[in-house]
Amino acid sequence: MKRAAFLLLLALAVLVPRPSFAQDIEAAINALGQGSFNERTSAANALAQTGDQRAVPVLKALGDRELYLRKADNKVFIGRTVSGTVTLIDPVTGKEAGVSTGGDIEGVKVNNALRRTIEALLGGLTLLSSDPAVRRDAATAMFNQPDPEALGTLDAAIAKETDPAIKAKMDEARAAAVLKSSRPDAEKIAAVKILGARGDQASLSLLQNLEASAQGDLKAAAAEAIEDVSGALALWNNVQNLWYGISLGSVLLLAAIGLAITFGVMGVINMAHGEMVMIGAYTTFFVQELFRAHAPEAFDYSLFVALPAAFAVAGLVGIAMERGIIRFLYGRPLETLLATWGISLMLQQTVRSLFGPSNREVGTPSWMSGTVEITNGLTLTSNRIAIVVFTAIVFIALMLVMRFTRFGLQMRAVTQNRPMANSVGIRSGWVDAMTFGLGSAIAGVAGVALSQIDNVSPNLGQSYIIDSFLVVVFGGVGNLWGTLVGAMSLGILNKFLEPWAGAVLGKILILVMVILFIQRRPRGLFALKGRSVEA
Amino acid sequence: MEPATGKIVPNETLLYLDGVSVSFDGFKALNNLSLYVTAGEMRAIIGPNGAGKTTMMDVITGKTRPDTGEVLFRGAIDLTQRDEADIARLGIGRKFQKPTVFEGHTVFENLELALKSPRGIFDTLFAKLKGEQAARIAETLQIIGLAADQGRPAGALSHGQKQWLEIGMLLIQEPDLLLVDEPVAGMTDAETERTAELLRHIAQTRSVVVVEHDMEFVRALGVRVTVLHEGSVLSEGSLDKVQNDQKVIEVYLGR
Amino acid sequence: MEDAPRRTPLFGIPIDGGGWIFLAVVIAVTIAVPVLNLATEPGSAFHVPTYLVPLLGKYLCYALLAVAVDLVWGYCGILSLGHGAFFALGGYAMGMYLMREIGPRGVYGNANLPDFMVFLNWKELPWFWYGFDIFPFAMLMVLLVPGVLALVFGWLAFRSRVTGVYLSIITQALTFALMLAFFRNNMGFGGNNGLTDFKDILGFNLQSDETRAALFIASGIALALGYLVCRYIVTSKLGRVVAAIRDAESRTRFLGYRVEHYKLFVFVVSAVLAGIAGALYVPQVGIINPSEFSPANSIEIVVWVALGGRGTLFGAALGAVLVNYGKSYFTGAFPDLWLFILGGLFIFVTLFMPKGVVGSIREGLAGGRGLISRKRDEAPSPGAFAGSPGE
Repeated sequence: MKRAAFLLLLALAVLVPRPSFAQDIEAAINALGQGSFNERTSAANALAQTGDQRAVPVLKALGDRELYLRKADNKVFIGRTVSGTVTLIDPVTGKEAGVSTGGDIEGVKVNNALRRTIEALLGGLTLLSSDPAVRRDAATAMFNQPDPEALGTLDAAIAKETDPAIKAKMDEARAAAVLKSSRPDAEKIAAVKILGARGDQASLSLLQNLEASAQGDLKAAAAEAIEDVSGALALWNNVQNLWYGISLGSVLLLAAIGLAITFGVMGVINMAHGEMVMIGAYTTFFVQELFRAHAPEAFDYSLFVALPAAFAVAGLVGIAMERGIIRFLYGRPLETLLATWGISLMLQQTVRSLFGPSNREVGTPSWMSGTVEITNGLTLTSNRIAIVVFTAIVFIALMLVMRFTRFGLQMRAVTQNRPMANSVGIRSGWVDAMTFGLGSAIAGVAGVALSQIDNVSPNLGQSYIIDSFLVVVFGGVGNLWGTLVGAMSLGILNKFLEPWAGAVLGKILILVMVILFIQRRPRGLFALKGRSVEA
Repeated sequence: MEPATGKIVPNETLLYLDGVSVSFDGFKALNNLSLYVTAGEMRAIIGPNGAGKTTMMDVITGKTRPDTGEVLFRGAIDLTQRDEADIARLGIGRKFQKPTVFEGHTVFENLELALKSPRGIFDTLFAKLKGEQAARIAETLQIIGLAADQGRPAGALSHGQKQWLEIGMLLIQEPDLLLVDEPVAGMTDAETERTAELLRHIAQTRSVVVVEHDMEFVRALGVRVTVLHEGSVLSEGSLDKVQNDQKVIEVYLGR
Repeated sequence: MEDAPRRTPLFGIPIDGGGWIFLAVVIAVTIAVPVLNLATEPGSAFHVPTYLVPLLGKYLCYALLAVAVDLVWGYCGILSLGHGAFFALGGYAMGMYLMREIGPRGVYGNANLPDFMVFLNWKELPWFWYGFDIFPFAMLMVLLVPGVLALVFGWLAFRSRVTGVYLSIITQALTFALMLAFFRNNMGFGGNNGLTDFKDILGFNLQSDETRAALFIASGIALALGYLVCRYIVTSKLGRVVAAIRDAESRTRFLGYRVEHYKLFVFVVSAVLAGIAGALYVPQVGIINPSEFSPANSIEIVVWVALGGRGTLFGAALGAVLVNYGKSYFTGAFPDLWLFILGGLFIFVTLFMPKGVVGSIREGLAGGRGLISRKRDEAPSPGAFAGSPGE
């Protein structure tokens, strides 16, 4: 790998044109210091024509007003200003050439026209840089600011480019420039093809501009390309919506999955479920406060401590609720609903008294911030990816617990036939408490994840409770797969509705659809059929 | 004993089921069941657990829609297209396995609710109990032997009394066909005897289908018997004939 | 039947002892409060201060709302967690009339558009505001809008036999969806500010003592009439059918009663009563905004009914007054405690007092007299609420 890079550099060093005489470039640089703006524009062009990489910092400095003329000898220097004194750097040698306090030098002026020229020239020049990253950026910059003047430079760069990915970018930049130039239509049609293949929003607007002004074959080619690009864009748009939908679906699933156990498996209507999520989020806040105070350097790992802590805290609160109140209300779902609502009010007020009514700041670890670019226009934020992955892990873990552990077996036994389970020696009361604790603990874990994307306030749980119930009811009670499908379909549907209905109206439409759906299939997507259900 | 296939329903047939199948999640609760009951007939249905007895009742009363098959009442009325309330109004009464009376209502009110009368909202909103209706309720109270208890909440009755109240509710509903599910389960011998008497009384004026496990009770009724097994008719005839049927013996004892 | 002698009829409606006491108290309050407010001097010991009149009027509206919820929950077993929506819709219909009544006296002085529409740069009145400047039309809408919503929603829900907690959850989703909708500015109902700054009703200044007294009297009359209507319904044969549905839904169906029609009937009547309560509430508190639709509000109504005693009608009204008095007191004196108390009330009532205050008192009285017989309109045993019993 290293060897290849070395060879590449060597090849570039040979290929990049070397100035024959240092004087040429020196003269070209000094020419920037004098004359009218027009003359200096020509000087900048001439400087760029040399193709010398040393022109790059000079032109950059000019654009940034960091280029100075030494009045004594009309030589031009790059100046670095530090607290009032200017350090002059010789642009040809790159060495320091003294310090000035301002009296003996004057800044080289630029206007907007000159600055635009500089930008275009810089693009062309950096195309020839030996650093691939710089060349890539230059090609991107030139695509965004297409300039017919730079076609020559582009052609030269394309001819020398060895990296196919960068070459493709340069081709695209060239195509964009061709469209703006007065080149013959045949060449423009070729350019249209290239842009059509690129297929993003920027190419679309270039093509649309072209179509508006072009005629004949060119217009037809542009129209065809526009169609292709629009199709591709629509596809990417759908992919993006799908991703947002999955991301929202994961959030819904996280919030609902604990409920799928307490409501779906046990049949307990826990209106305080949202508060379990909130408790998880506040546990995260509390753990992070401890980290901030005692081990700030390990802050990035705080979530790994918060996860088990939230699991334990919410789980214990859940067990206390079940043993203290809910177990007296089995078989009375409406009363359970009311009592757990009461619990939810009390939990909210407790948290409000302990942590205050306002939002608390929960930090995002560095590994969860930032974005990942998948392709043109599709960027995913890291925290969303983390949540989707985390949700998948929680879901799979829960499935495994239900299916393969002794506890899962006992849980299913008790929910299916309580007297029979009792008679084979399962302590059903203990299983109830543990099941409810598990559902609550998972809600707590969900709270850790949701604290990363939502405001942590005492009302956090309230915003999830109705959605969670709808997910569970929509998916079909007593079926974790149903909850998964329910959450994902509602999430995706929501994100596809949003673009044309708006966020709020989209949500209202979802609610109305679920209400109508429940009326068509009162027992959800994955409902059990038969007489046993109605018993 | 399969009825002749074809769409023609014999005139005297009150209830006619042909090729009825119902499945729940792959389990066939009824499998090509065919059966008919004539007007004025009393019929006993027996069969082991899971034979499809209750599902058959559900299909007749509109609680469950069959996947395939025909269910006709009085020759032409397709019951599969109607809901429970509709079917009840047509004149099919049903008594459940577990006595279900309205426990918060008094005995009198239970009968008043069952009394054959208009069932619309505004009929009941402005209903006044007429003289002959009160007389009808009083008469029924006599028949079921609960005249002294008419003001008590039904929930306070004994198990047997609840069963009789429910039968009384069916009587006063004046159905043409009565479906009775295990009427003597959990009853004392005396109660059982009294119930058999009640049912025979009812059968004088209407058709009755009784689902029962208790062979003594079926013998006491002395009627035609249909044996269901795995969702279809296994055997049909008098109790003696059925009890000697080799297939029936296999099902009950063979496994 | 057995307790017929204890029920003295009024307009042919049998009223029990508690009912007579309740009616007497409502009528006495309806007369006394305005009289003591208007006819006595502020310094007098009997004077009812002006600020109390709309506050007590608010309680009367809540009491009517609670009676409406008790009709569906206590007698038909439908636990609606969305009745706040019907209340709010009635309130909005009244609010729209009051907005139109402001006319050119708004901040922007636009006679044709309410202030918030001018603020949003709207040029003309949306079609659904037409007619709300006419009082009888607005009052018709107070009845129709909640009624039609209940009819459509109930028809869909009851026809497909959505029962128990499923029904509760979708009623909650209904009010939640309405709340989100009314928060939107472009719905045309004032967004999150709602409708407010009302000036007068039928030309009478809303701030004047006399108008307030009149609204108070109207609320008292509405409560008494609402009680009588509900009482008539629950003591009719229809009431017995409805209670039968609550206790054993399938059984009722097999008797030939179309259960969904009966449920729909009480649901719509209840929604209309809730709408009337909302319409009387708005001019007395002077504002209606989307928070009235919040699910928490609707569920709070349920605890009024549960505390007072469901299935007793006047108990529900009593519960509404008790809880709201407690709320006024505690949110003033100990604001941090209120949610603990309200939450604790939910738990206490469901665990220890499932029949509520009135039910418990009745039980105490019955026990004292050695009476075992139950009244037919009494709440059934809690287990009966679990949904349709197995067959």
